[in-house]
Amino acid sequence: MEIPGILSIAIFLPFISAVIVAVFLTGKTARGFAVIASALELVVTGYIFVAHRQNGYDFSEKITSWFPESFPVQYFLSVDGISAPLILLTGLLGIVAIFASWNITERTKEHFMWLLLLQGAVIGVFTSMDFLLFFLFWELELIPMFFLISIWGTGRKEYSAMKFLIFTILGSAFMLIGILVIFAGTGTFDMTKISEALPSSNLIMPVGILFLFMSIGFAVKLPVFPLHTWLPDAHTDAPTAASVMLAGVLLKMGGYGLLRVSAGMFPDQLEKYAWVLALLGVINIIYGAAITIRQTDLKRLIAYSSVSHMGFVLLGLSAMGGGITSLAMTGAALQMFTHGTITGLLFLTIGFIYERTHTRHIPDLGGLARRMPVFTVSLVVAGLASLGLPGTSGFVSEITIFLGAFPAFKLATIIAAFGVVLTAAYILWMIQRSMFGPEKERFAQIGDATAVQVIPIGLLIVSIIGVGIYPAFVSDVFTEGITEMLNMTGAN
Amino acid sequence: MNYADIILIAPEISMALLASIIIIVDLFSSNKKLLAPLSLIGLLVPLCFCIMVRDNPSLGFKGTVKVDDFSLFFKYVIILATGLVILSSTTYAKRFDKHQGEYYSLILLSATGMMLLVSAVELITIYIALELTALPTAALAAFIREKKSAESGIKFLILSAVSSAVLLYGMVLIYGFTGTTHLSEIGTVIANHLSTSEQITDNGILLFSVILITAGFGFKISAVPFQMWAPDVYEGAPTPITGFLSVASKAAGFAIILRILYAVFENEALSSDWASMMAVLSAISMSVGNLIAIKQNNIKRMLAYSTIAQAGYIMVGLAAMAGNTTLYTSGPVGILVYLAGYTFTNLAAFAVITAVSEDSGDDSVDSFAGLIKKSPTLAVIMTVSMISLIGIPPTIGFMAKIYLFGAAVETNLTWLAIVAVINSVVSAYYYLRVVKTMFIDSPDEEQEIHPKFGVLSAAVIAISGTVFFGFFPKPIIELARDAINTIIG
Repeated sequence: MEIPGILSIAIFLPFISAVIVAVFLTGKTARGFAVIASALELVVTGYIFVAHRQNGYDFSEKITSWFPESFPVQYFLSVDGISAPLILLTGLLGIVAIFASWNITERTKEHFMWLLLLQGAVIGVFTSMDFLLFFLFWELELIPMFFLISIWGTGRKEYSAMKFLIFTILGSAFMLIGILVIFAGTGTFDMTKISEALPSSNLIMPVGILFLFMSIGFAVKLPVFPLHTWLPDAHTDAPTAASVMLAGVLLKMGGYGLLRVSAGMFPDQLEKYAWVLALLGVINIIYGAAITIRQTDLKRLIAYSSVSHMGFVLLGLSAMGGGITSLAMTGAALQMFTHGTITGLLFLTIGFIYERTHTRHIPDLGGLARRMPVFTVSLVVAGLASLGLPGTSGFVSEITIFLGAFPAFKLATIIAAFGVVLTAAYILWMIQRSMFGPEKERFAQIGDATAVQVIPIGLLIVSIIGVGIYPAFVSDVFTEGITEMLNMTGAN
Repeated sequence: MNYADIILIAPEISMALLASIIIIVDLFSSNKKLLAPLSLIGLLVPLCFCIMVRDNPSLGFKGTVKVDDFSLFFKYVIILATGLVILSSTTYAKRFDKHQGEYYSLILLSATGMMLLVSAVELITIYIALELTALPTAALAAFIREKKSAESGIKFLILSAVSSAVLLYGMVLIYGFTGTTHLSEIGTVIANHLSTSEQITDNGILLFSVILITAGFGFKISAVPFQMWAPDVYEGAPTPITGFLSVASKAAGFAIILRILYAVFENEALSSDWASMMAVLSAISMSVGNLIAIKQNNIKRMLAYSTIAQAGYIMVGLAAMAGNTTLYTSGPVGILVYLAGYTFTNLAAFAVITAVSEDSGDDSVDSFAGLIKKSPTLAVIMTVSMISLIGIPPTIGFMAKIYLFGAAVETNLTWLAIVAVINSVVSAYYYLRVVKTMFIDSPDEEQEIHPKFGVLSAAVIAISGTVFFGFFPKPIIELARDAINTIIG
């Protein structure tokens, strides 16, 4: 059954919950309410995903009378194969983030309020089919993240929060110009119509520059070298929940934008500049991994590994350059999903460990495995998935990208494959140094996961292994969405 | 002059009467608490008259005053701003003790001038209305009667006089060229002239008068390079008056610029010239305003520079007015939407500043430290207002910026749109510094602030407008569109 208005519910459920938390609740009740709200949200997003997968519902909602006709912004939401899994991912990581903040004592209700606002905004980004609405949600997500980092963060939190904000807003400034140019040329903000209307429209700037403007916004978010420098700072200094959301969902907004806008609306340009994407992808992968190896802060290490992993997304997209197959793009999309769950779990576990050890400095850790078996298992699972062990979701997405990208860019794919070796090195080394080895005196008193902390860990492990064993559950949806998109642009 | 003419300017007359009534009541009553409520209720009278005359727009007083959707739009904005400023002055004005009556009536008189200014379509009327606007404002700026405030008043008075002189010279040139002071006739004469003659020197004279007039009004809207007065005057003036200056007098200034440029200089041969001049001034204004604002530690000074930058954004709309063949309407519509949104947003900010400075006694950004703990309501209102000034959703600031910059792109001014969005990024830094101070820094003393009813309700009303129209901007856009359609003719 197609429930009408479910997308609006998915967006406004977190928003309204956030307002209720902020106005009426305090402390533990706020926390309890946030858990219920995010659990409901998980059910809603799960329903959207499953209903789309089984029955192909797109749940379109359209209100055209929102703006005057001369400036035809619409309230237009819809779901397709590209966005459905990402919506599910947002629902999943939303509740994980709430559980990750279980022990927040400082300004509790504010924390949950911002998390819920953030979640609603991201769902809005993934469901909007009107360009300006998309941009609205894109900007809306900045403020919660700014507060989450700058209030509950550690270290140079204020600097990192501001850096995150300025980088993103600069990227989106160019995107805004791009959107306005597209509007001036085609007379519409409707994303489903733009790809058809663009080739025949009279643009006031060369389409190559337009493509660049749009892509810069997404490249900052993904992030693409050399626009990535905000990421290590923001991740390292963010509180656990914010790191989970940032790595798990917010980076995916960049990948989603590249897929939906850069590839979906400018297939010719993407084909033309595919070699640039491949090059940047390889730089991301190798440079990111090389820097990761020498990190000594657990969070910073995972942050740089994200740079490396997002390089695979770029590589997958670049396959469009050589007689494209939808395979590599599916891999890229799948990589976003799997990286979301894997890195989410890594940040979550590290956050929990840090709560107990009060240090993230790897040389200070060690011998924790016996004291905290649950965390060790979760770190090992996430780590192995991150390095692409068969049977985990990480393997599926990376192998798909390699298979898809190889025909297009052989050399780049070969070099990128070495990235996997580097990943294995830093992940295994990290786990070995921090969790195993001789037990240390000062960690004698610390305990393992509480029951509450097992819930989010369990959720993520299930999704990692589940997708690893039966990847078609997610990849079928992506394939369907991407094929549809490529057909529409006439590029296939 | 006949009965119909009187009805036409009934809003202005009732506003002036209200100002007089306030003074008289002040004279005979020792209860100063009555004054603010009385002014607020009294404001409903001009508002009702505005709504009454809405249905039959017409020209009056031998073609010197024109009531149309355009002037009414600005009258609504001015009345709204006046109401909010009076509301946020209720406790602030207590420090003026015996002179509260003068304070309120000067605000009302200045508003009268502005309302007259936006409906004036004849050069001499424009000039008189302008002076009526400026003189009470100068007195208000000096109202605190201490050194900084006096400096503020004097500076405003002198620079206002200079700019008036420049403006007058521009008007004289136009009169000399066309032999009439009525805007519509001037427009016709110029159009006829340009279609028959090829003499570049005459164009030069016209262009020179455009430059002089722009300089005169550039002062009103505090655009670079006529912005020098703004920071000092803003800092020294009573806080609610600073808010009043930043929105109402700016709105009136833009109204008359739009009117003159549209009615008189819309001709293609001229418009491409002044449009590029506006584009350059706009880019410079926003860049200078934003870059200097970063360094400011006094919040009123910071917002003064922010106003200069905002004037730059609004001028994007002026630059986007003239295209190659026809006048585009999105630019001017964007200006009106932006001005309305800016009125809500900035007055919310100034209401909060008024409330906070009443408590802390100074205007530094640091006095906002830990405001979230001292008064969550004020902190949230200030945050939303800063977000709107940056142009982040869900606020009217976002919608208005999109609209304005969209107009720029539409008219091939993509470079200006790029400068503008980069400027918005720069501005995010200093606006968010205020937010950061409120949410993260710890206050010197943990004392809670309980804002008084008047200033709090002003802030709440203003911020509700900011957010409501951020979600549903359609009513404002449509009002603005109707307004612009009436002056295109």
